[in-house]
Amino acid sequence: MIRMRQIIGILVSALREIFDESAYARFLSRTQLPPSREAYAVFRREQEAMKVHGLRCC
Amino acid sequence: MPKPLRILIWLAVAILGALAVATIALHRGEQINAMWLVVAAFCSYALGYRFYSKFIAAKVLALDGQRATPAERLDNGRDFVPTNKWVVFGHHFAAIAGPGPLVGPVLAAQFGYLPGTLWVLAGAVFGGCVQDFVILLFSVRRDGKSLTEMAREEGGRLGGVVAYVAIISIIVILLAVAALIVVNALKASPWGAFTIAMTIPIALLMGLYLRRLRPGKVLEVSVLGFILVMLAIWGGQWASQTPSVAQWFTLSAPTLAILIIVYGFAASALPVWLLLTPRDYLSTFVKLGTITLLALGIIALHPTLHMPPLTRFIDGSGPVFAGKVFPFAFITIACGAISGFHALISSGTTPKLIRREIETRMVGYGAMMAESMVAIMATIAACVLQPGIYFAINSPAGIVGKAPAAAVATISNWGFPVTAAEMQSLAHAVGEQTLYNRTGGAPAFAVGMAHIFSNSLGGQALMALWYHFAIMFEALFILTVLDAGTRVGRFMLQDALGHAWKPLGRTSWYPSILATSALIVCAWGYFLWQGVKDPLGGINSLWPLFGIANQLLATVALCVATTIIIKMGKARYAGVMLAPLVWLVSVTFTASWHKMFDPNPRIGFLAHARQLTSSAGPSHELSRLIFNDRLDTFVTGILICMVALILMESAWEWARVLSGHKAARVKEVPFVPTRFAEEQG
Repeated sequence: MIRMRQIIGILVSALREIFDESAYARFLSRTQLPPSREAYAVFRREQEAMKVHGLRCC
Repeated sequence: MPKPLRILIWLAVAILGALAVATIALHRGEQINAMWLVVAAFCSYALGYRFYSKFIAAKVLALDGQRATPAERLDNGRDFVPTNKWVVFGHHFAAIAGPGPLVGPVLAAQFGYLPGTLWVLAGAVFGGCVQDFVILLFSVRRDGKSLTEMAREEGGRLGGVVAYVAIISIIVILLAVAALIVVNALKASPWGAFTIAMTIPIALLMGLYLRRLRPGKVLEVSVLGFILVMLAIWGGQWASQTPSVAQWFTLSAPTLAILIIVYGFAASALPVWLLLTPRDYLSTFVKLGTITLLALGIIALHPTLHMPPLTRFIDGSGPVFAGKVFPFAFITIACGAISGFHALISSGTTPKLIRREIETRMVGYGAMMAESMVAIMATIAACVLQPGIYFAINSPAGIVGKAPAAAVATISNWGFPVTAAEMQSLAHAVGEQTLYNRTGGAPAFAVGMAHIFSNSLGGQALMALWYHFAIMFEALFILTVLDAGTRVGRFMLQDALGHAWKPLGRTSWYPSILATSALIVCAWGYFLWQGVKDPLGGINSLWPLFGIANQLLATVALCVATTIIIKMGKARYAGVMLAPLVWLVSVTFTASWHKMFDPNPRIGFLAHARQLTSSAGPSHELSRLIFNDRLDTFVTGILICMVALILMESAWEWARVLSGHKAARVKEVPFVPTRFAEEQG
């Protein structure tokens, strides 16, 4: 049961990383901003500025 | 586990793998079950990972569990973040898995299932997985440097320039061929076009949800987007059956090409994250879900392969693309076996997330194994179709004729019986007017996938829905590659032009954004237009060009890796990189030579131009086709010269280091002990 919970936990963490949810959480912690529309807009601008972000293979 | 038991288990895996490979390689005359391919793949990957990658990790690279990675040393909570290995694995896999491993094996299935399968297995275990693993580790030891930077630092200025040209070429040709696949999948398909059109308002809605209602809740909004897309697929049936709506979405290939070119420019030049970012998330969500579903579907259905192991087209006369099995099978399937593009991802975001050096093996080697498995699934999806149907879908009108009667007669004469009634019934079952001449691989893959899904879930009644789900999945996927690729190409061009005039390098200066976006879009748009207008379907010219460009990038990556290994004092192990390098160079050179100079006009660009010149009087259309042939020859020539240059420069560097004329000094960052050393590796 504990093992299963660990596997699900890792799967959820992987999905949160792939879908930038973890990156947003780190952004909030780094900038000390509360979660808000404005904070998310700043986060998105920062992500867009990272040139390798979103590089997808063929 | 006791050692004797471990030995017994690995012996059993080896025997089972050998049996599976022997079955798929030696079976003649009888159809085999797809599970043999799955078993062969699982056993090959397991053995490759357990023994070959372990050997490379221990002997060649000497992975150091005590050494801190850049994610730990430079942790900034932004791009450098020490991350759980499974999370990095998922992240890396999501970035390397694109349309390539789905489309390449479908096209190569014209040779039968055997050449593609053997190349995918051997290419991945000895080439692709090794390349991804080694480049990832070398980037980790250099603070996450890119392939271009490593090529410049370790090889020389020329290596950097070649890597740059290869990346730009691959981006341009990849985007053209990807766009062509979408055009061929959506032309004259109101259902497909409607579904893809609907993803635009859906993505905008997702963007608004993310921005206004629940900022940052991406997984939540992706689930919502997925449900809406499924509704759009269902609505597509209504749209295709309602004449007044269907006429709006029944688009010709040139119209679709123009729409995609405009989309690519807008995606690169306009601040449209509200549309693009949610689409990217939606595409990734659908991609991961579909790959999982396809794997489950194949295991549940364990279908029979109807395609023979080898077809008569290994002689080079294939209708899908012309050229013999060697070298063309090996440039047609790149992603899934070895893909240079992966070296960009392995030296991009991933090295900045690796928490411990020893985890590069699982992430680099392991994720490529998973990608290779996707290619095996695509081979299965293509080969479960009756060969006659496969060829009717994938053959261009220029080869089999436009009329159904002519097409089925030609294909049946090749020894792959198919009737017009069968094709009509299949088109009806998937909700299309026709399935003839749908080159590019995507429609054939969609029919195969719909066959597997509908037989495992929902029966024939859902065949049309599954087909359009597959088409939507591929088109969405490819459009995401298209907008991300155009933007990356624009950034690279701005970087280069910034050296000539500084303002051009500023990514926030709008005239520069517009000009560089236009340049990149015009470049791939030209090749797309050429493909759309090509009487042979476009794939025949463009896919080999894409394969050559991709393998050129792999050549650069393998040369850089060999140079570093020699400088590390491990020249006796350089064969690990040299073996795939020699193979790739021989494949790339042979394929390029054929594409440029083969006397068969279906293969050689120049022979085709000569045939056009002598076949009819001058016309604008003819002149354009001749110009395109010469342009393709020129592009191929440039690519192959690049391969030769990088090889010569690398060989010179190896000779100088090995003969003691140059100090063997690698440019790694100094050792710093990790705080994660106590964790179990």
